[in-house]
Amino acid sequence: MNAPENPQAILLAGLDGDNTWGIEHYIKRGGYSALRKILESGMTPEQIIAEVKKSDLRGRGGAGFPTGLKWSFMPRQFPMDKYVVCNSDEGEPGTFKDRDLLRYNPHLVIEGMAIAGYVMGCTRGYNYIHGEIFSLYQRFEEALAEARAAGFIGKNILGKGFDFDLFAHHGWGAYICGEETALLESIEGKKGQPRFKPPFPASHGLYGKPTTINNTETFAAIPWIINNGGEAFQALGKPNNGGTKIFSVSGHVNRPGVYEIPLGTPFSTLLEMCGGMRGGRKLKAVIPGGSSAPVLPGDIMMDCTMDYDSISKAGSMLGSGAVIVMDETTCMVKSLERLSYFYHEESCGQCTPCREGTGWLYRMVHRIEHGQGRPDDLDTLDNVASNIAGRTICALGDAAAFPVKSFIKHFRSEFEYHVEHKHCLVPVDVQREGSRIYVEHAAC
Amino acid sequence: MLEIEIDGQKLEVPDGSTVMDAANRLGLHIPHFCYHKKLSIAANCRMCLVQVERAPKPLPACATPVTNGMKVQTHSEQAVTAQKGVMEFLLINHPLDCPICDQGGECQLQDLAVGYGASSSRYQEEKRVVMNKNLGPLISTDMTRCIHCTRCVRFGQEIAGVMELGMANRGEHSEIMTFVGHTVDSELSGNMIDLCPVGALTSKPFRYSARTWELSRRKTVSPHDSLGSNLIVQVKHDEVKRVLPLENEDVNECWISDRDRFSYEALNGEERLTKPMIKQNGQWLEVDWQTALEYAASSLRRVTDEHGAGKVGMLAAPYATVEELYLGAQLMRGLGGGSIDTRLRQSDFGLDGKLSGTPWLGMKIADVSKLNAALVVGSFLRKDHPLLAQRLRQAARRGTRVSALGVSGEDWLMTTHARVTVAPSQLAAELAGLVKAAADIRGVAAPAAAASASVSDAARRIAQSLIDDGARAIFLGAVVQQHAQAAGLHALAQELARLTGATLGYLGEGANSVGAAVVGAQTGLNPQQMFAGDLRACVLLHAEPELDAANPAAAVEALKRADTVIVMSPFKTGLDYADCLLPVSPFTETSGTFVSIEGRIQSFHAVVRPKGETRPAWKVLRVLGSMLELGGFRFDSSEQVRDEALSGATGWLPEYKLGNTASDVACATPAAVEGLQRVADFPIYRNDALARRAPALAATRDSAVPSARISTGTAQAAGLATAKRVRVRSAAGACELDLTLDDTVPASCVRVSAGWPQTAPLGALSGTLNVEAV
Ligand SMILES: Cc1cc2nc3c(=O)[nH]c(=O)nc-3n(C[C@H](O)[C@H](O)[C@H](O)COP(=O)(O)O)c2cc1C
Ligand code: SF4
Ligand code: FES
Repeated sequence: MNAPENPQAILLAGLDGDNTWGIEHYIKRGGYSALRKILESGMTPEQIIAEVKKSDLRGRGGAGFPTGLKWSFMPRQFPMDKYVVCNSDEGEPGTFKDRDLLRYNPHLVIEGMAIAGYVMGCTRGYNYIHGEIFSLYQRFEEALAEARAAGFIGKNILGKGFDFDLFAHHGWGAYICGEETALLESIEGKKGQPRFKPPFPASHGLYGKPTTINNTETFAAIPWIINNGGEAFQALGKPNNGGTKIFSVSGHVNRPGVYEIPLGTPFSTLLEMCGGMRGGRKLKAVIPGGSSAPVLPGDIMMDCTMDYDSISKAGSMLGSGAVIVMDETTCMVKSLERLSYFYHEESCGQCTPCREGTGWLYRMVHRIEHGQGRPDDLDTLDNVASNIAGRTICALGDAAAFPVKSFIKHFRSEFEYHVEHKHCLVPVDVQREGSRIYVEHAAC
Repeated sequence: MLEIEIDGQKLEVPDGSTVMDAANRLGLHIPHFCYHKKLSIAANCRMCLVQVERAPKPLPACATPVTNGMKVQTHSEQAVTAQKGVMEFLLINHPLDCPICDQGGECQLQDLAVGYGASSSRYQEEKRVVMNKNLGPLISTDMTRCIHCTRCVRFGQEIAGVMELGMANRGEHSEIMTFVGHTVDSELSGNMIDLCPVGALTSKPFRYSARTWELSRRKTVSPHDSLGSNLIVQVKHDEVKRVLPLENEDVNECWISDRDRFSYEALNGEERLTKPMIKQNGQWLEVDWQTALEYAASSLRRVTDEHGAGKVGMLAAPYATVEELYLGAQLMRGLGGGSIDTRLRQSDFGLDGKLSGTPWLGMKIADVSKLNAALVVGSFLRKDHPLLAQRLRQAARRGTRVSALGVSGEDWLMTTHARVTVAPSQLAAELAGLVKAAADIRGVAAPAAAASASVSDAARRIAQSLIDDGARAIFLGAVVQQHAQAAGLHALAQELARLTGATLGYLGEGANSVGAAVVGAQTGLNPQQMFAGDLRACVLLHAEPELDAANPAAAVEALKRADTVIVMSPFKTGLDYADCLLPVSPFTETSGTFVSIEGRIQSFHAVVRPKGETRPAWKVLRVLGSMLELGGFRFDSSEQVRDEALSGATGWLPEYKLGNTASDVACATPAAVEGLQRVADFPIYRNDALARRAPALAATRDSAVPSARISTGTAQAAGLATAKRVRVRSAAGACELDLTLDDTVPASCVRVSAGWPQTAPLGALSGTLNVEAV
């Protein structure tokens, strides 16, 4: 928690670090009132979906899919088992927002999921929490026990005849388990490998039953929408980009951290909130939406507002809202090498273009970075990335290809310099200086 | 129906079809690796990417459902670029050393690379190397060649019913492997070799022994079980090099069992008999055919003259051909009343003359897939009928309720509706319980034999499944046929069939057991009577009574007592009791015909020339008949023999010849047995003369040296809980075996496999055994 009190926050509002995650504090903050409102007023699932549609809430997990629309795909009248699943796998490099929600405000997610269960006629939900920070999983279990004891989940919730139970499930650190169908496989106890779609989870999900999967932050936005109305949520942001969004800002800024701001806020404002560039250096590039999003040069970024449409128009994606800021001391070849290594390591290996292509990409970038690049490598890199993108079972292939294509597109000369001179354009001592941690700033 | 247009051609396909299905109907080839019509869709190779109108990116044809009005291009620029891209990815880490790869010439990757690959590689990095795995004696690995299509994995999970191979690790480190320290032991494992599109999984026995383009492909029929699997035998220089399935959807689909696939090794083995031999003064001499035939003919003549034809008999394996058995029967009849039989393992012949026809499956094999419920009684199903088990497994996946009543709780690797496992002596009681349950459900009085039977929950569930609507069947397996109460058990099963409306069928012992009965090769004394009586002359046709008889010890005794024993076999066998060995063709070296368990008549040609001086048995019998101046041996071809034997029938046996309905047979009553009962199976690779002599099959886990298997509870009760080695005694003899705890063996039983010399001294397949620790 970097911003001590942020007047714009709704998801992270009213929190006092590690002291206020429990249910009594949550209720004091007005928690579980949305669930109570629904059950006591008899709001119908259709009415709730209409509100969520009005809110222009878009999925916070990466793809930005309109949540109200997704919920309307569920065959909620059918009497069979259906599931609601929360994606807290948060493995995308640069993303560290869901863990704060789970650590400091877990009941918000529980309430959001219970409402989703009500809307879609599910009696069971799962929250898939990544295994890297095990204490999150433990905290969520504690929160579940509190909610169960208080009657907010379980049988006959608030005496209104609504049954919904929620379970936590933890992963073991595979990025691919964040992909929604790999996540379902993993819950089922199988190897986490994405499924081919169609069929989509809404018809054939967990254990073959209709399932809706949303990101942690998506669920967390639901109670506010219920309490304040979809239009109010939409008004926080801008049309088609409703509400606030939590950004995980990392890289060469003075105060990296988690910032909840309304969608549509200028990037420059966010940069200011983060205390500006470290050491007052020049902004070189930004990856605006997690490592899978194409990189944008700093000047393009300074003209953007932080919302799905603006970033997409600029040629990238808002993704999970992980903003990776790079200053002029950054070697773009080295950065790409790091990213490509990640996708090479995290490919599930099931489909050919990703299994074979991610290794190829990484090895080529690695070679260039280590002074063994060849003149035709850049075209080959770009072409191999094109041969992966759009040809795989899941979007990891795209995620591996986009950085490569965008780095070469925007910083081609730096790559060419590397190939020709066998070393970085940015001198190594400058890079080293840029990577130093400024202890005096980190204190704030 | 949905309309789709592919490459300009329009057609209608049923709902739920994929683009690949539609293209297949049009006869259009879309390149693919992971897709296989019998396996679930994985869509992982991405080779089948095609352009679909209005889709932003190419889609995999194998997994994309057809929507109405869809327009697909398989050769557009977008499609071909995508396909070439995938091919490049597949090749970057694949060794390009086709000349030293055993799959070369029949490699789908190689074939498609010719069309979609580039002439040189852009990949300049180091190639991946993957450690090979030991999958056992049948499958050889070259895992660096694997393209991760997961066909082998899905075959295990879906067809074989057991996931013995899986893809471990992630990304580029993904490897196909077994569970640590395990081998691939499925009786259907060889199909993975066929499924593997590259040279990652190849046949271990075949490895590096020929290039595929040197091999000629010849069709034949499997002699190893009653299914009649269609085979392709691959031949080089008149030697069988490899056996593959010939697809026949109604019989073996596109699979064969490992027994069908690897038994061929015996054909080229050391044990082949290639010259006639006769024994003189205790010495075996190689002789020419003329001498041997004269010897055989005069021996038969002499014994007939001295003792009468009633003392002459012929015992044939149930996989002898129609032609061989017909001429064998002619020979015995010609001598004036000799006996012939193929049912060596049977001990109760109470059904003889009582059945409405030749016992058979009671339905077409293909119809097994359509059953709603099936009860299999007394069968080691997976090992006795590997592909029928597979068919039932697929049916069970689709909802068929398969139940089992038997003497072994071995896992059938399919979902079963109910299973009852009892000692052999209890089969009658359990069947009676089923009859009673069925009568109760129907609200009719149970037949007297079942009136006081006790009905278990499982019996009620099974009976109900056999009564519920839809096609249903009761199949009797080898355990019933070999049972001392075979006729009585049949009568009970028949009652059950009558009360439930289920079809009664037999699973059949050998490739031609139906044919044997039809051509009169079960006449005169039955094998038991022959061995028990004063048999003076015996002809053994492919049969090996020392392993195959219901009581091997008694059989060998009888043969040793006889004046003459003429062995007609491809193998040097019976040296201790025979006095004449005639080398006759195995199924690959003769033309012939098998009638399968469904009544299907399948004729085949020789695929190679007879080895050495070997001759087709039908020709040998023809000469013997002529030498003995018996009538009815004037045939020019095996086809003429077949036509006479089967009264001209081709394709299918006329239905009136087949029938499983017995009249006038009393139901079995449960026998009270004290002590430990023997449960005997014929292990899958100890079941016929060929399989027994195939070295690779002999190295599998299924061929492990026989042990005395006993459940933990029974071992404790018998004070054998800690015993390692035991002495097993029967009324006939004894042997020493390792003791294995095995909870699939029913209580109060010891399972001691037959088909092994080690256990032959125990004699009868049933009865009680005494087991003591040594
Ligand atoms: C490789 C890969 C990793 C992903 N990881 C996550 C993740 O960690 N958390 C997440 O919420 N969504 C992740 N997603 C997106 C999910 O598949 C899914 O779209 C999302 O959970 C839907 O929720 P939303 O509609 O609320 O955004 C990932 C997708 C891919 C392809
Ligand atoms: S794109 Fe990569 S991660 Fe996704 S299914 Fe294919 S191999 Fe697995
Ligand atoms: S055949 Fe379609 S993806 Fe492999």
